[in-house]
Amino acid sequence: MIDRPAMVALDGLTRRFGDILAVDALTLSVGRGELFGLVGPDGAGKTTTLRMLAGVLRPSGGDARLNGVSVARDPEGVKHSIAYMSQRFGLYTDLTVAENIEFYADLYRVPRAAREARLDRLYRFSALGPFRDRLAGQLSGGMKQKLALSCCLVHEPAILLLDEPTFGVDPISRRDLWLIVHEMVAHGTTVVVSTAYLDEAERFDRLVLLHKGRSLAIDTAAALQAAMSAAILSVPVDRVREARLVAERVPGVHRAAVFGDRLHVTVEIGDEAAARVADALRAAGHVVGDVRRIVPTLEDVFIHRIAGAA
Amino acid sequence: MSALPDGPAVAPSDRVVVVEELTRRFGTFTAVDHVTFDVGRGEVFGFLGPNGAGKTTTIKMLTGLLQPTSGRGTVAGFDLRRDTEAIKRNIGYMSQLFSLYGDLTVEENIRFFAGLNGVPRARRDARRDWVLEMAGLTDARTRLTRELSLGWKQRLALGTAVLHEPPILFLDEPTSGVDPISRRAFWDLIYQLASQGTTVFVSTHYMEEAEYCNRLALMNRGRIVALDRPAVLRASMPSPLFELETGDGPRSVEALAGTPGVIEAGLYGRLVHVLVCDAAAARAELPALLAAKGIALVRMDAVEPSLEDVFVALVHASGGAVEG
Repeated sequence: MIDRPAMVALDGLTRRFGDILAVDALTLSVGRGELFGLVGPDGAGKTTTLRMLAGVLRPSGGDARLNGVSVARDPEGVKHSIAYMSQRFGLYTDLTVAENIEFYADLYRVPRAAREARLDRLYRFSALGPFRDRLAGQLSGGMKQKLALSCCLVHEPAILLLDEPTFGVDPISRRDLWLIVHEMVAHGTTVVVSTAYLDEAERFDRLVLLHKGRSLAIDTAAALQAAMSAAILSVPVDRVREARLVAERVPGVHRAAVFGDRLHVTVEIGDEAAARVADALRAAGHVVGDVRRIVPTLEDVFIHRIAGAA
Repeated sequence: MSALPDGPAVAPSDRVVVVEELTRRFGTFTAVDHVTFDVGRGEVFGFLGPNGAGKTTTIKMLTGLLQPTSGRGTVAGFDLRRDTEAIKRNIGYMSQLFSLYGDLTVEENIRFFAGLNGVPRARRDARRDWVLEMAGLTDARTRLTRELSLGWKQRLALGTAVLHEPPILFLDEPTSGVDPISRRAFWDLIYQLASQGTTVFVSTHYMEEAEYCNRLALMNRGRIVALDRPAVLRASMPSPLFELETGDGPRSVEALAGTPGVIEAGLYGRLVHVLVCDAAAARAELPALLAAKGIALVRMDAVEPSLEDVFVALVHASGGAVEG
C-alpha cells in the first residue's frame, strides 16, 4: 500500500479526557482505496480516534490529515471529503427509506443530474430497492444499518469513517453491508472502520490492534498471524475443562484455552510440545484426537501481544 | 476424530428444556412454526438465526414472557403455558444491556439482586461470597460498579444472574465488545457453571461466541433448520465452497450471484466465497463467467467452510432470511 498516496495520515494523534489517555500518540497512514481497520475491545480508543478524524472532537496533541486537510487546524474543511457513520447515526424514523436518502442527498447538495445513477447503484448493492416506501422506523436492525450507510454514501465521499457498523447485525445483513462498502472501495473510496470482532477484522486490507489507546501492531492480518512468535495447537480431547488444567502444567506451554470441544494450546515455535501435551493428557486418562498445528487467529495474536506488552 | 467432546447426559430425566411442536402466531404471521428440540443438563446450547427468524419469540416463550399459540414444552420441569411465574423465578437471565447499578458498589449490587431474585436470607452471605470468588471481584467488592472495566461488569452481571442458583441460564450476546482475554475468562466461568450442572442457553449473532457452544441450533423463518455440534455442522456443509481472488470482488459477486449452479456468492473481505451445486462444473464454468465480464481471476480454491459460511448456506437452503 506504500505506493498509494496517503488519504488519511495520523501523526502522534492524542486525546486526553482528564487524567485518561484515550488515544496515545497514534501514528499511521492509510492509502487511497484501502480498507483499514481500527481493531480492539471497548475502551481501546476506536471511537475517540474516529471522532477526531471526523473533525467533531479536537485532538489534545498531534494531528491527522484527511485528503491533505489538517483536523487540528481546519476541522470544518475535513468534512467536505468524508462521511462519518457513528454508532447512533441519525435516520428519520418517520420518513421512508427513499425520503431519508433524498434528505441526505439534499443536505450534501448532490447535483440533480448525478442523483439517479448514484441512487441506482446504492439500491442495487444495498438490496433496499424493494423497501423504498417503507418507514425507516419499521426496518430491522440490519436494514437500518444498510440505510444509514447508503445515506452516508450518497455524496460519494473520498473517505468513509465507520464506527462499529456491524454491531448487533446478523451475519446475512453483515455480508450485504460489506458488499456496499467494498463496492465503494473498488471505486477508490478510502475506508477507516472500527470493530471489536476479530474474525471480521481478518478480512480488512490492513489493521491496527489497539489496546488502551495505544497501537500494539499495524499490518495485514496475514502478516500479523505469520509473525506470531508462538504456535497454536488444536487438541480435540474429552473432558476439555479438566484437560486444560493438565495441558497448562506441561513444560513449554504458555497457555491453554477451551474452545468448544477442543483446546487451543499456545507453545514455543519449533518445540516438540505437541507430543508432550498429548502424552500428558493420555497419562491423565484423557482420550486425545489428532493434534494439529493451526494458523493462529487474530484473537490468538491479540492475546499474545497483550501478554507480551504486560 | 476419536475424542469424545464433553456432551450432556441425554437421559430424559436430565432434559432441562423440552419443546414439542412449539408454535406462536401473530395474526396471520407464524413467528415460530412447530419447533421441537431439547437441551440437556449442563449443556452449553447456542441459538443462532438472522433477524426475524423467530429466535426472540422462542426465547420469550421459554422464559415465561409469552404464551405459545400451540405446542407444548417445559423449562426446568415447569410447563410453558401454566407455570410461567415459576419459570421466571427459576431461570437466570443476562442480556448485553445488563442492568447493574453504576452508583452502587459491587457488594451492594449483589445484595440488591439477591433480594430481587428471592435468595433466602440465610443463604445470602454464602451466595455473595461465592459470586465475588467466582467473578474474581473479592478485592473489588467495595468499588463503585461504574468504575469497573466492561469485562469485570460482565462477570458481575453473570454472578447476579445466578445468585438464586437457577438450573438454567439464558444469555443474550454475553461477550459483545469485550477484549479477547476477558471473553475467554467469561467463558471459563460459563464452562465452570455448566460442569456444575447449570444449563446455559446462549443467543448470539457472533460466530466467535457460537464456537464455544456444545451444540448449536440454527433458526430461520420460524423453524429449526440445523441442530448439532459446531464441528459436525462444519463437516456437514451441504454444498462445495470455493474461495476466489479476483480483480473486483463486488462485481464478481454481481456476476456470479443468481447464475445456474451457484447457490450463493458473497464477499469475504476482498475475496469471494461461492457456494456451488457441483465442484467439477464450477471449476469449468466460473472462470468463464468472470472472463465474460472482463473480471480477472487470480486463483480459485476449494476451501473448508467457516461456521459463518455454514450459517449462510443453511439460511439460503431454508428459503433465505426474512427481508425487512
